[in-house]
Amino acid sequence: MITLVAVSHRYGDRTVLRDVDLTLTEPRVAIIGANGSGKSTLARTLNGLVLPTEGTVSVEGHDTRRDGAAVRRLVGFVFTDPDAQIVMPTVGEDVEFSLRRSGLSRSERHERVTEVLARFGLAEHADHPAHLLSGGQKQLLALAAVLVTDPTVLVCDEPTTLLDLRNSRRVAALLAGLTQQVVLVTHDLSLVADYDRVVVVDDGAVVHDGTPGAAVRAYTDLMAGRP
Amino acid sequence: MIGLYRAGASPLHRLGATPKLVALLVVTTALVLARSPMAVVVGVLVVGVTSAVARIPPSVLWLQLRPLRWFVVLLVPLQLWTGGWRAVVIVIGTLVVSVAGAALVTLTTRVSAILEVIERAAGPLRRVGVDPERLALVLALTIRALPVLTATFDEVRDARRARGLERSPRALLVPLVIRTMRHADRLGEALVARGVDD
Repeated sequence: MITLVAVSHRYGDRTVLRDVDLTLTEPRVAIIGANGSGKSTLARTLNGLVLPTEGTVSVEGHDTRRDGAAVRRLVGFVFTDPDAQIVMPTVGEDVEFSLRRSGLSRSERHERVTEVLARFGLAEHADHPAHLLSGGQKQLLALAAVLVTDPTVLVCDEPTTLLDLRNSRRVAALLAGLTQQVVLVTHDLSLVADYDRVVVVDDGAVVHDGTPGAAVRAYTDLMAGRP
Repeated sequence: MIGLYRAGASPLHRLGATPKLVALLVVTTALVLARSPMAVVVGVLVVGVTSAVARIPPSVLWLQLRPLRWFVVLLVPLQLWTGGWRAVVIVIGTLVVSVAGAALVTLTTRVSAILEVIERAAGPLRRVGVDPERLALVLALTIRALPVLTATFDEVRDARRARGLERSPRALLVPLVIRTMRHADRLGEALVARGVDD
């Protein structure tokens, strides 16, 4: 369970989040909103990447400010640009990097890496340099490297923005099949149709919170009123 | 170091990174100290046999040696003039054997295995405030950054051309620096999210 209480955030004198109160318990939660609405900042508060100027965020009872390390063990985070997220030179090594503090033996780590790469269709690329993968494969690698640690929650910040239709669908299908709670930030409205709850963010505030149908309608109506 | 590793199961692949790096150090030091054509011949034989054992095709090894050709072009007349053919064989031979040996290690060893050795070797530096794990991470990130920066450079150059500013250094450097710094920001975020520093 993720709880945000009276969360506000400012960069200098620009307010990006205004008094957000949310309790996220549903297995599939989507956050939608326009560019610059504050949805990425909101996502970054969930694993302590952004510590809000006011208010508190906690994941399974761990406060992101006091207990950031524990929160990051629980929350996996997938970014928009996999190139920034892949830190090791080869595919297998990047996944193994996530396990460096796991206390597993070398052979156990190798087994986990092989298993997760197979699950994401990257088995034959284990020893290939990460930069030779396609954009879609890179995002799959980023997902694999996050999920290998078996987090409780997965936060994805526009994971399909740089992908083509086929790869977007592939990532969406993978997210749908996960046992983890998923918080998906996106402006691809077709992805949120089967989500349990959709939160609409505008100008740093939650302006709608409900079922996908109603939320997408509220969001498109909101955008229709803008010049 | 960038994506040179060739997966394989040869004895050289299975050998640990430490013995390989030590052997490389021993061979190159011996060559430099011996300063004899005989040592070069032995060195060439060692490299030849090792690459056969590792099943590295000569064409792959040649790709690693090719960048040396300009050095060779410059060095041959110079050595010929100062020390005759004997000097040419010793200097060029030592250079080629050393680079080929280093290439064999890189081709048969994963980057992470080499980084582990560096991390362990840097262990004593802990006392003077160096974090060996951090050092290895910096090296890994450097290797990883090279293809990313190359791609950024290509994109920025294309954008410059598309705007008809081929001759403007500013239209190349400003976006390149800005995009590199933004990449560094995002990479920092990703490292924090993946639990580095926790």
